[in-house]
Amino acid sequence: MKDKFDYFIKTENNKWEVIIGLEVHAQVTSKSKLFSSSSTKFGEKPNTQVSLVDSAFPGMLPVINKFCIEQAVKTGLGLNAKINLRSIFDRKNYFYADLPAGYQISQYKNPIVGEGSVTLDMPYGTKKVGIERLHLEQDAGKSIHDLSPDNTFVDLNRSGVALMEIVSKPDLRSPDEVNSYVKKLRTIMRYLGTCDGNMQEGSLRADVNVSVRKQGEKKFGTRCEIKNVNSIKFMEMAIESEAKRQVELIESGKKIEQETRLFDTKKNETRSMRSKEEAHDYRYFPDPDLLPLVIKQSFVDNLKNKLPELPDKKKERFINKFKLTPYEANVLISENNISEYFEEVIKTADIKLAKNWIIVELFAVLNDKNLDIKDSPVSSKNLANLLNLISSGEISGKIAKKVFELMVQSGDEPSKIIKDKGLQQQSDPKELEKIIKNVLEKNFDKITQYKAGKEKLYGFFVGEVMKASSGKANPKLVNDILKKELKK
Amino acid sequence: MPIDKNQVKKVAKLSRISLDDSKLESLSNDLISILNFVEQLNKLDTNEIKPLTSIIDKSLDTRDDSVSDGQIRDQILKNSPEKNEDFFIVPKVVD
Amino acid sequence: MRTFLLYQRLLIKMNDLNDISLSEIIKLVKSKKISSLELANHFINNIEKGKKLNSFITTCFDQTIKDSKNFDKKQNFDGLLPGIPIAVKDLFCTKNIKTTAGSKILENFVPTYESTVTNNLWKEGAILLGKLNCDEFAMGSSNETSFFGNVINPLENNLVPGGSSGGSATALAASLTPATIGTDTGGSIRQPASFTGTVGLKPTYGLCSRWGIVAFASSLDQAGPMTKNVEDCALMLEAMSGYDKKDSTSINKKKENYSKNLNSSIKGIKIGIPKEYRVDNMPEEIEQLWKNGIDILKKSGAKIIDISLPHTKYALPTYYIVAPAEASSNLARYDGIKYGYRSKKGNNLIEMYEHTRAEGFGDEVKRRVLIGTYVLSSGYYDAYYLKAQKVRKLIKGDFDNSFKEVDAILTPSTPSSAFKIGEKANDPISMYLNDIFTVPVNLAGLPAISIPAGKDHKGHPLGLQLISKELKEQKILNIAFAMEKEINFKQSLNRWWE
Repeated sequence: MKDKFDYFIKTENNKWEVIIGLEVHAQVTSKSKLFSSSSTKFGEKPNTQVSLVDSAFPGMLPVINKFCIEQAVKTGLGLNAKINLRSIFDRKNYFYADLPAGYQISQYKNPIVGEGSVTLDMPYGTKKVGIERLHLEQDAGKSIHDLSPDNTFVDLNRSGVALMEIVSKPDLRSPDEVNSYVKKLRTIMRYLGTCDGNMQEGSLRADVNVSVRKQGEKKFGTRCEIKNVNSIKFMEMAIESEAKRQVELIESGKKIEQETRLFDTKKNETRSMRSKEEAHDYRYFPDPDLLPLVIKQSFVDNLKNKLPELPDKKKERFINKFKLTPYEANVLISENNISEYFEEVIKTADIKLAKNWIIVELFAVLNDKNLDIKDSPVSSKNLANLLNLISSGEISGKIAKKVFELMVQSGDEPSKIIKDKGLQQQSDPKELEKIIKNVLEKNFDKITQYKAGKEKLYGFFVGEVMKASSGKANPKLVNDILKKELKK
Repeated sequence: MPIDKNQVKKVAKLSRISLDDSKLESLSNDLISILNFVEQLNKLDTNEIKPLTSIIDKSLDTRDDSVSDGQIRDQILKNSPEKNEDFFIVPKVVD
Repeated sequence: MRTFLLYQRLLIKMNDLNDISLSEIIKLVKSKKISSLELANHFINNIEKGKKLNSFITTCFDQTIKDSKNFDKKQNFDGLLPGIPIAVKDLFCTKNIKTTAGSKILENFVPTYESTVTNNLWKEGAILLGKLNCDEFAMGSSNETSFFGNVINPLENNLVPGGSSGGSATALAASLTPATIGTDTGGSIRQPASFTGTVGLKPTYGLCSRWGIVAFASSLDQAGPMTKNVEDCALMLEAMSGYDKKDSTSINKKKENYSKNLNSSIKGIKIGIPKEYRVDNMPEEIEQLWKNGIDILKKSGAKIIDISLPHTKYALPTYYIVAPAEASSNLARYDGIKYGYRSKKGNNLIEMYEHTRAEGFGDEVKRRVLIGTYVLSSGYYDAYYLKAQKVRKLIKGDFDNSFKEVDAILTPSTPSSAFKIGEKANDPISMYLNDIFTVPVNLAGLPAISIPAGKDHKGHPLGLQLISKELKEQKILNIAFAMEKEINFKQSLNRWWE
């Protein structure tokens, strides 16, 4: 991590600044489609999640899903954006095999959500990224090109699924910022429950606009749009390679053409889609099958009042109330489920222990098993119990780790594991005295050295005692007895 | 002239309608006369007028988010000129 | 007694079902003087003998007979249209019955669903006779753009029936169906009604559901009844209309009993006469027809008020931007993938599209799709489409202002009587001018009815149009009902086609 922004394309003579804007397509978490009542479920058999409306049969008409409107408004509120009480659905006209009506219903001039902003935490400080707009639109179906050499197969299951297109201002300046921006958007939408952000299933994808300019210049360069990038990593790679391509072109005296490009993930380069773009003229006009969408301020207010605590607010609270570092707070608020888990644990357990155990031990396990925290084998209650056993000195940190491992395997609660496995602390002074004496007898020479002033050998004795007790010895008692014995 | 033959060709391309040259001639003439006819509107000053967005004075009705459609693959595919059990089949898409 | 009943039934047949109205037929059914099966057989027979008129694209007689037998078995007379066989325009999707919209591109399309409006008819007891010819995708004013050939006006074998609901108008006038339904985007119900001496009503935009109707121009399309008289019209409107939650532009209101509330007393009602409808080169006969209409209304106690609808002359150019724009987008779904025609030509997807649509669409549809694409395309949107939507607001404003002063507006339905087949086929603009009196109503989303009001020197029928503000269908039905009584329009066809 650097503490100063430093992302430039550097060449022999120049430093180039990279200007990035994103159009994120986020699938609305609705059961049914934006304009029809067929299911949005992922991974079903081809053409089974399709209604006559989705496949554009003659005379079929769209009727809008109220839940999708709510989700768009909620997301708008989460982006601190202006909600437009009157918005209009337009048709975007183009021919493609998986676009059955020959047009996509979208919002063009009058989107449901206007300007807003998102705050990013970068190593060099916070950064505000402007949101231009958010609008609702339909997804297209899927064209499958690799099932036959001569034909394309068309599956309309996705046709008509509701998407929110979130358009940022050209405020992003590096792949890192893009990474942070997309993750932040995803976190906000997950908190709101408006988009599950699952990139593997295509619930979140983006068109990336890239241009370059010499450092210090005010005017934007000509931009290229990289279409449909479906992972954060690919976005970062695409930006880097596209920016370099543009710099090379300009420095060799050529001009950038404004165009749509495609990112080839295998070759790590973008290539022109111009041949396809040439014929495009989307001929937007208001969809005459739909009327203007008018929502009441009270509808917006009602949603606003029911909004959950959003990540920025929660982070602030975690830092102030629980004395977390910004890094720790960021980690713990990154998912609503994580912050809920954390808050559940600290209802009874020590905050400091809790944050460390969650961030280090629990995350290691979840990562390893590729689990969501809500499916964690260690429940928040069990973790709290374990931490309380540490706090009260009933088990040592070392034993706690052992117990935790067993908790991960069995899902059992800690006291049961401790009992079953005989991991209780050895707190009987007589037993401990026996062990200690035994250790000291075996290390007579070291006692002499210790007494001669080599005080750091004290740790060695403690270690040996713990080893001899399989880590179960009560450290406080060991301390007391050992000191006494060594004085003899 | 409101439109020339090249523009007609372009519009035909956008509309995905192939036109042979014999058709192009007569169609272009028709389009010219229709466009000349509609250009009467230019006599009217409409700078201050807001365009009409819908003819009825009503906001959009909504429906609840419940699944009550789909699972009719055979109906969906039934009328298709080329299909198999699962998919619509079209000639190869070339980028 | 039995002999008497038999004698009566015989009388009905001799009397000829061809000359009586839907309402009268319903009375006969309800009083069991005729069965649904007998009715079905009568109309099937007429349809078989009426093939020359080319008004049907598809018939489903087996189904018709089966349904009528079922009706006769159950004898449920509760519906508004008990056991009545009815043919509908081939723009309404009908479950398991081919629906073409008059286009090659839907030549073999068999919907798995039923349009809301036709479903409403079946729920009232009606039975499907078949699907009626129309201009391709309802784009036309003469029924000459249909892929299935032009329809002939039963008045004379060289006349068009009007369009786009030309098959509906012809089938109705020739008694191949006792009543029918059409769709009206710029006059497609009222103009053919006027050309065939029948009654046609375009309801308020949103009164009848558009769900399951092949779309032409979504903000203008509206289904409506076509009947032999005003009473039938009220009845059919009652049966077909109603809120539909599947259509976002459907108006949610209580259903009205148009037929029960039909009332010819119109004393004190205020009728506006818009001076802008006195267009250049309007035939003297139309002018005279209009005057007669005004006189009849005066005689019935109505108050006549001169009004102005200043933007009337901009209605047609506005329409020929808005309608093609919407159509270009609505017709994008006909791409040879999901249903309908697919060309064998082309090596890739784009070429397949281009050949499919070039071969599948007729010339008028192509013209409108191209115009629509052009007026929406980048660089032209503001000058054409946006401009048109602004003018549309002005046109709507004209009507709104007038209806502060008057209850209804009276105009001619068309600037001429039925023209000859082929007469305007090669001149799109002169064809478009036919809709000059009907189009403003669609742009403003208002209801309007055309009733036969007289004949020209050739003996061809001419219609008058009554327009009211939104949802005042009852009002124009009542005025039309009153005028109908006074006009006493008679049309006897010698059934030359049989």
